[in-house]
Amino acid sequence: MNFRARTAAGLAVAALLAIAGAARAESNVDPNPGVELVINGDTPITVRAKAPDYLEGHLDNIYSGWLYRIESTRAMEADDFENPAITFVEEGIDAWNTVEGTEGKSCASCHGDISEGMKGVRARMPAVNENGELWSLEDYINNCRVNRMGAEPYKWDKGPMKNMTAAISMQSRGMPMNVAVDGPAAPFWERGRDMYYTRYGLLQLSCASCHEKNNNNYIRGDHLSQGQIVGFPTYRLKKGGLVSIHNRLKGCIRDTRAETFPIGSQELRELELYVASRGNGLSVEGVAVRP
Amino acid sequence: MSRLTQVEERPQMNITRRDALAIGAGGIAALAFAPAAFGATADEAIAAFTGGATPGEGGIDIKAPEIAENGNVVPIEVNAPGAEEILVLAPANPSAEIFSVKFGPAAGAQRFSTRARLAKTQDVTAIARMADGSFVMAKRTVKVTVGGCGG
Amino acid sequence: MAAPKPRVKVPKSAAAGEPFTIKTLINHPMESGQRKDKQGNVIPQKIINRFTCDFNGTNVVDMTLHGAISTNPYIEFDAKIDAAGEFTFNWYDDDGSVYTAKKSIALA
Repeated sequence: MNFRARTAAGLAVAALLAIAGAARAESNVDPNPGVELVINGDTPITVRAKAPDYLEGHLDNIYSGWLYRIESTRAMEADDFENPAITFVEEGIDAWNTVEGTEGKSCASCHGDISEGMKGVRARMPAVNENGELWSLEDYINNCRVNRMGAEPYKWDKGPMKNMTAAISMQSRGMPMNVAVDGPAAPFWERGRDMYYTRYGLLQLSCASCHEKNNNNYIRGDHLSQGQIVGFPTYRLKKGGLVSIHNRLKGCIRDTRAETFPIGSQELRELELYVASRGNGLSVEGVAVRP
Repeated sequence: MSRLTQVEERPQMNITRRDALAIGAGGIAALAFAPAAFGATADEAIAAFTGGATPGEGGIDIKAPEIAENGNVVPIEVNAPGAEEILVLAPANPSAEIFSVKFGPAAGAQRFSTRARLAKTQDVTAIARMADGSFVMAKRTVKVTVGGCGG
Repeated sequence: MAAPKPRVKVPKSAAAGEPFTIKTLINHPMESGQRKDKQGNVIPQKIINRFTCDFNGTNVVDMTLHGAISTNPYIEFDAKIDAAGEFTFNWYDDDGSVYTAKKSIALA
């Protein structure tokens, strides 16, 4: 980056953060020390952990987005009855058990009960498939639908797919996020990492500008988090519905006023892998609640 | 609270309103309260509820976050021991009434909790009609921040 | 959005006269009548406009909802009983539909 571009980028970040106007908070510190998440009183969730080795020099500790939210939002996630996403999880479980397509099968026909067949799956996603391609959970779901069930693929960002990813994520609740970053995943992960640190858009912001350099600061009214995705798909209060990982990534890039990458694109799969890996060690939250 | 007072001072930037909506991803917040106001104002709703009586203070309280993270879902709890009915208002919403609730004989307390949409920073207002026909009122300021990206 | 499906949380039992908390949730868009679509036309209001809870025919709460209640209305309140019986919950939609849930409770 030349000097002018660097200055412009610096100004853009400064301008955005200046809007919040507060004294700069310290980044990469625990935003809510001592606050713990236990869902339904019986499922402890790891919301803070030592950062994985590959983040050395970037982050010492990783924190769930849950810690950055106000008390009333945090409370909604701590009780499944108050978590509005659970309705969608129930719809996803219904779909899991519903026969569809030419082969007369449901998901359960091959995978059994969702609580057994899908335990731990979300914690490993996205992952490289047997053909060496990086697949998101959505790809695995549609592969089953098309090739095993003879059913129509779900649209990536529509209700039925989000209900299914929510239902599947729920089966890994409380398990540590643990995506593979080496072996066949390495080249994808490296491209995702490069993308994470690339400044996009008129505002010249990279993911790191907000979520690594300025987490715990405010951007307008928003308390910036580390941008962890362990709680996805997540229920957003703003939308009154589930938001997929790619929708979130696309939204962030759009907010830099960039032409963004399409949902389901290879670029967003790779970015998803890298961002997921930054949360390795935090618990999968099932379905989180975020503003 | 300097952060909040400054949030209201929007920077002068050369962007169109449409851009601003897109950037803020504030689609819903902006759309949810398009200016076509209708419905009762707070004063009208209060007058209809009290029949013109002047409400007293005390005996009723409102629990709500001081700063709401998203105006679309703001937890609000009202508690007015001995009340027969409570009316809850958002005076700065295009339509002020949020809800009212009557307590029947099987109610265990005169406490009620729900989630509401607030268009902007304002004093959420609750008025209770007590068993003796008198009224009490309470207000609580809830700041609704301008955000949109969600953190 | 799928058809509204009410959910209620009521203790299995309660002691006579001792208040306890009931929580309810229903999935519903609560279209406020304040929004416009992409063509600029006002999207008509479609909300749950009333919620009631009764125990063995005696009223617990009777709520009137307006467009300012959030999507997927969450409602929490307290009840008390002096005999075993059944709670009946009704959500009234602007379109005339009524969604009902029932829950039994024992006397502890």
